[in-house]
Formats: sequence, structure tokens, C-alpha cells
Amino acid sequence: MKQHYKSWGLYPPAKHKNVIKLHWISDIPDLSRIETLVLPYGLGRSYGDNCLNNDNTLLDTSGISRFIEFDKKSGIIKCEAGVSFAKILKVIVPNGWFFPVTPGTKFVTVGGAIANDVHGKNHHTAGTFGKHIISFELLKSSGKKYICSATKNTELYKATIGGMGLTGLILWAQFKLKPINNAYIDAETIKFKNLDEFFELSEKSSKEYEYIVSWIDCTSRGKNFGRGLFFRGNHSSLDKSELPQPKPPKRLPFPFTAPAFLLNRFTLKIANAVIYRSQLKKHTKGIKHYDPFFYPLDSILNWNRMYGKRGFFQYQCVVPYTDGGTAIRQILECISKSGKGSFLAVLKTMGSVSSPGILSFPREGVTLALDFANHGEKTRKLFADLDEIVKSVGGALYPCKDACMSPEMFRFSYAEWKNFNKYIDPKFSSSLWRRVNKEKE
Amino acid sequence: MKNILVIGATSAIAQTFIERMAVGDNKLFLVARDKDKLSTIKNDLRIKKNINITTFILDVNDHNNYDSMFNTAKSYLGRIDILLMAHGTLPDQKECEEKVETAVFEFGINALSIIVLCLKAAKIFEDQKFGLLAVITSVAGDRGRQSNYIYGSAKGAVNIFLQGLRNRLTKYGVSVLTVKPGFVDTPMTAHLPKNLLFSKPEVIAKGIVKAINKNKSKEIYLPGYWRIIMFIIKSIPGKIFNKLSL
Ligand SMILES: Cc1cc2nc3c(=O)[nH]c(=O)nc-3n(C[C@H](O)[C@H](O)[C@H](O)COP(=O)(O)OP(=O)(O)OC[C@H]3O[C@@H](n4cnc5c(N)ncnc54)[C@H](O)[C@@H]3O)c2cc1C
Ligand SMILES: NC(=O)c1ccc[n+]([C@@H]2O[C@H](COP(=O)([O-])OP(=O)(O)OC[C@H]3O[C@@H](n4cnc5c(N)ncnc54)[C@H](OP(=O)(O)O)[C@@H]3O)[C@@H](O)[C@H]2O)c1
Repeated sequence: MKQHYKSWGLYPPAKHKNVIKLHWISDIPDLSRIETLVLPYGLGRSYGDNCLNNDNTLLDTSGISRFIEFDKKSGIIKCEAGVSFAKILKVIVPNGWFFPVTPGTKFVTVGGAIANDVHGKNHHTAGTFGKHIISFELLKSSGKKYICSATKNTELYKATIGGMGLTGLILWAQFKLKPINNAYIDAETIKFKNLDEFFELSEKSSKEYEYIVSWIDCTSRGKNFGRGLFFRGNHSSLDKSELPQPKPPKRLPFPFTAPAFLLNRFTLKIANAVIYRSQLKKHTKGIKHYDPFFYPLDSILNWNRMYGKRGFFQYQCVVPYTDGGTAIRQILECISKSGKGSFLAVLKTMGSVSSPGILSFPREGVTLALDFANHGEKTRKLFADLDEIVKSVGGALYPCKDACMSPEMFRFSYAEWKNFNKYIDPKFSSSLWRRVNKEKE
Repeated sequence: MKNILVIGATSAIAQTFIERMAVGDNKLFLVARDKDKLSTIKNDLRIKKNINITTFILDVNDHNNYDSMFNTAKSYLGRIDILLMAHGTLPDQKECEEKVETAVFEFGINALSIIVLCLKAAKIFEDQKFGLLAVITSVAGDRGRQSNYIYGSAKGAVNIFLQGLRNRLTKYGVSVLTVKPGFVDTPMTAHLPKNLLFSKPEVIAKGIVKAINKNKSKEIYLPGYWRIIMFIIKSIPGKIFNKLSL
């Protein structure tokens, strides 16, 4: 078993001098004695080079994955940083609890979720994952350990949430869960014809629906430009007896079962029309198990491989919502003109709930994320054009999805970058960090 | 429902074994030397599996504590269905060659402690006329190699010892399972560069559970292809073997 440590986008390639598997939080090897720079590695669900440390050392945290405490009454859970969301769900859901915030895959670790301060479909109501972290313990390469919270070692707390693994190694974290009645979501899907409809739906739904996300068709132009599907939902309040038995039903009033075919680049156009039309009615409602609702892509393991050896990029930006979403329109037009983007993009409005993290990505506005096959310079050129639009309205890019942004774009996106430097552990670094701090040649 | 005693419970292989066995009404009694690690495992299992576990602190160099460990285990478990022994160390061969005390100490952990623990367990199993004793040895015990023959000879001694014990206990209906893993990616081998021959601890645990469920009383290689690898290594004529730097 030889394990290669890659990022989800399989790009850029990286060679690590060494990978150290961590097994016990009480027994972490002396980091100061490692010859190279180090970086924690969770489950490698970051797309670009945020979880890579080319020519240096990775600390594989998948072995520090134990539960420490779980108070079933208050819903406070404490676990080691390498525990995956998938493992946590198995423990909490049967006890009537759910994540306060979860990203679109359950194969992430708690450490990774903190380090990228991840957001989910409920950003407009709940903010980021970091917002719900009560405390965590951070190990510095000096061997010193710090318990960090909103009131203790506050600066380190704020720098580590969204700190991309650069401030030290998170050993464990404690966070507050959200009570649920059952494992199901009252889910709705609504077709929208264009961006105006999308914005209108977002506006109308944001108060009454906890979870909102949209899929938007990026290939269509002209009359179909900006069409898509709007998903919204709330945790179901049904009693056990009223729930579908015994397993979540496969056939749901939802247009898609498995998105496998959606992802095949050769069937783009066809699939695209199928998706949009498969939703015959304008509006459908139904009850859906949390797994397909939150993690539709998790049912196909390693779907990232279908882009082949060259890997792929994801581009995720957030732009303020001003004058009717002009920037998003421009971005989408730019992408659809290029004909390069995946046909499906994820679109979501982000709320104003602030995060403790000083380098946190989410901010009020609209976020757009989509995949691009790696066509080298052509793709980079497109990104440069998109960056200009993002910059023109004061937006930002998401480092955990990025493999291309320039140092300038990074600094533009993260005004606090200078302040953040103070909290970086001198022994920690990443491929991404070296890239966005490269001096101009 | 199975009553299970694990010695060396904090070993990576043992942990994955325990994880598999921590189901239903099974009762587990876990023995290891490190108090913090033991309680870490215990909390984790309690939360994940909702199962209660009893632990006991034992440094296997402390032979005087063996009886008290077995007595506590017996009084908690009642009957012992399965006993797994997993503790071990991978000594620095060079150091063992330089310092005799190190060689003796390492041999003590990897061979003598196991033999003494097995002798004590054998009495219990004989009385019970029932049960399965599984011991993790190693493929390294099949043929001595210059790079690790202190470790190898200790594992080999245990292999032969277990053959005899199997011979003795068969008539009591007691099974003796010798588990010979190949390379496994665990803290023990953390310092070694990994290649394709390395298995995950889960794979070994799965193999052990399978053999236990079939009540096997024999030597098994895990993964199975190590039987072939070791067959080849054992068949290399001495003349050639001694020229190799293995
Ligand atoms: C299908 C899919 C859907 C996604 N959906 C979303 C989404 O909706 N919202 C969103 O925000 N993100 C999303 N992501 C991105 C993902 O949530 C993040 O990349 C997340 O950080 C990955 O976690 P990981 O455990 O795999 O960490 P890795 O990718 O391995 O590492 C990420 C960062 O965390 C650091 N890190 C890991 N462990 C520790 C530790 N113990 N201590 C300190 N630092 C540590 C690493 O150094 C690195 O900088 C998605 C990814 C995929 C593949
Ligand atoms: N890894 C391999 O490649 C490999 C191959 C073949 C066979 N094996 C065998 O598999 C078994 C399990 O090892 P592993 O690979 O899982 O490695 P491991 O995780 O390092 O386990 C070794 C265990 O032995 C314990 N131990 C060492 N000295 C002890 C003592 N004096 N008293 C009590 N316990 C002691 C250690 O306790 P602490 O946690 O307190 O240190 C640790 O739990 C060992 O017998 C090993 O020889 C391993």
C-alpha cells in the first residue's frame, strides 16, 4: 500500500520528502526536529495546493481520529482533529444532533474544516463552521500547546480558523451541534429561468429556509442564460412514525438520482438539457434523507479522477451583491463565452454572519463555484479575466479551491494577510502559501 | 456474545481488531501499559459504539503483575472466549549487537513475556475447556535476516512455542492461532520507507477476525500472499542467502 498524497483537483502534482502519520495526540513527534517544513493533511478534499507541501513534509492526521467527549444532552462534542464528518454523523444523527455547518462532502476532517473555515448551504443563517467552534488545542513546533477559544488565546483562535494549517497543528476541537428531530430534510426544488428569478427566490427564501443552494447552467446563452435549479430545505419536523421506512427511499420527487452522468464532459450539452427538463414541474416538494441532500457527490467515490491525469481546477469566488448582481452576470457570461466551464455551477448567497477567522473566505454576497478541466494556459487566461471582474467589485477567491491565484489576488482577497503573518508557525508552510507569497520576478 | 481479552490493546493492529469486535453484547477487557492511551481508546469506543469496556494497566516487563491482570479479567469477563496478544517492539538491530542488555530486554518483550503470558492463559483455557488464544508474531520469525534477527528470533521462538501449545491444548477444545503479518503501516514501522508490500492495520484485523470466526487453530499469514513470499525466502539455499543483504 503506497499512498500518494494529492489534492482533490489532482493538480498541482507534489512530491513530499516525507509523510508522518500521526497516531496519538499525546505522542506527536517533536516537530522542531523535522528537517523540512511541515503541513497538516486531513483528507485532501481541498482542490488545489492548500493541503500540499511540495519538497517538504506532511503530517497525516487521519490516525488522530478519536472521539473524546459527547454530551448528548447539550449537543457539545469534542474530538480529535482527524475525525471525519462522516464518522461524526454516524454518532450524532441517531442521537438527534446534526452539524451546525457542513460542506458539500462528508469526507473532510474537523481540522480541515477549521483550517479552511468551511461554509455550507446555511451560510445565510449560521455563518461558517468556525463560528461554532467552542475551543481547540493547537500544538506549535516549539512543543507548546495552546487551548484557544473566543476568550482564551483569542488571537491564535482567530488566526487558526481559516488559517490554512499554517499556525500549528490542531489536536482536538470542541463544537456545538444543532438539534434535529430526524435524519430527513423537507426539500424543495424550483426551476428558475434566469438570474433575476434566482435573486428573487433567494431573497424570498432566506428567512424561512435554513438550507439554500442552486445549480446553474453555465453553457446556455441567449434566452436560456442563467437558468437553473433552486434547492431549499429545512430539517423535517415529522415524527418517527411518519418517516419513510426503513431506509431513505431511492425514488424521490427530485430530478436527479446520481450525478455520475452529469459529470461526463462529453455529454455536457445533452446532460444539461436533461437536467433542466427532467424537472418537469416548476416546483417540487418532498422529504429527503440528509445524505443525498447535503452530499450528492459522495455517492460516487473518486469522481475527481474522471478529469484524467492532468487534473482539474475549481474556481470559487464571492462577490458583493450590488446593483442586481452585475458582477455575477459578467462572470457567468465570461465563462459561458469561453465554453470551458463545467456545465454546472453552484451558486449561493452568503449572509452577514461574521466569522472569528481573520482569513476566512465567506463574506456577504453571492458565491459561485465550478470546475474546469485543466487546459493549461487557456484555463489560466480565463481565470485571469474572471479575477479582474472579482477585483473590480471587491470580491475574493477561496484558497481551498484554488491552484492559480496570484500573490496580488490573494492579498486583494485577504486584507488581513499581513496581520496573519504574525501567527504563522515558522516550521509550517504549504505549497499554496509559498505560491501566494512569491515575490514578483 | 463474546468475552474478549486483548493484551497490547494500544497497538495499531489491536485497535482495529477491537473496533471490529466492539459490537453487540461483546464484552471487552483491554490491557496496555499506557494509561492515557487506554483511556483515549475507552472514551472513543464508548461514544462510537455505546459499549462499555474495562481496562487494566500492565507493562509486560512486570511479570509479577500477570496474575493480578488475569484475575481481574476473569472476574470481569467470567469466561474468556478470545485472548489476543498484540504487544511488541521492533528493536534497533545494531543497538542490540552493541549492547547485550538491549538484546536481552527486547527478547524479553517479544518472546519471554508472550511465553509466560501464554503459559498462564493456557491454565485458564484448560480449565474452561474452551476458547481461542491468538498471538501476533511475524513473518520475520520464519527466517533470520541480518537486519532484524533479534526481533526475528523472538518471533520465531514464539511460533515454535505456540506449535507446542496448540499440540497441548487441542484435546481440551482450545484453539491456538498464530498470526504472521507481513509489513504493516503502524507506529512500529513509522520510520521505515513504505512500499507496496505494506498493508493497512485494518486488513490484518479483518484477517484475524475471519480466522477467529472460523475457530482456526493454526498458523496464518496476513495478507495471505505472504505465505508465498516466505516460502520463496525460506527456499533460498543458505549459500546464496548468506550473500544477500536482507
Ligand atoms: C465535493 C466537495 C465539496 C465541497 N464543498 C464545500 C463547501 O460546500 N464549502 C466549503 O467551504 N468547502 C467545500 N469543500 C472543500 C473542503 O470542505 C475543504 O477543502 C476542507 O478543508 C477539506 O478538509 P480536509 O480534511 O480534506 O483537509 P485537507 O484538504 O487535507 O487540508 C485542508 C487544510 O486544512 C489544514 N489542516 C488539516 N488538518 C489540520 C489540523 N489538524 N490542524 C491544522 N490544520 C489542518 C491543512 O493543512 C490544509 O491547509 C468541498 C470539497 C469537495 C471535494
Ligand atoms: N507493523 C508491522 O510491520 C508488523 C509486522 C509483523 C508483526 N507485527 C506485530 O504486530 C504486533 C502489533 O504491532 P503494531 O504493528 O500494531 O505496532 P504498535 O502500534 O507500535 O504496537 C506495539 C504495541 O506494543 C506495546 N508495548 C511495547 N512494549 C510494551 C511493554 N513493555 N508493555 C506493554 N505493552 C508494550 C506498545 O505500547 P505503547 O503504545 O504504550 O507503546 C504498543 O501498543 C506486534 O507484536 C508486532 O511485532 C507488526
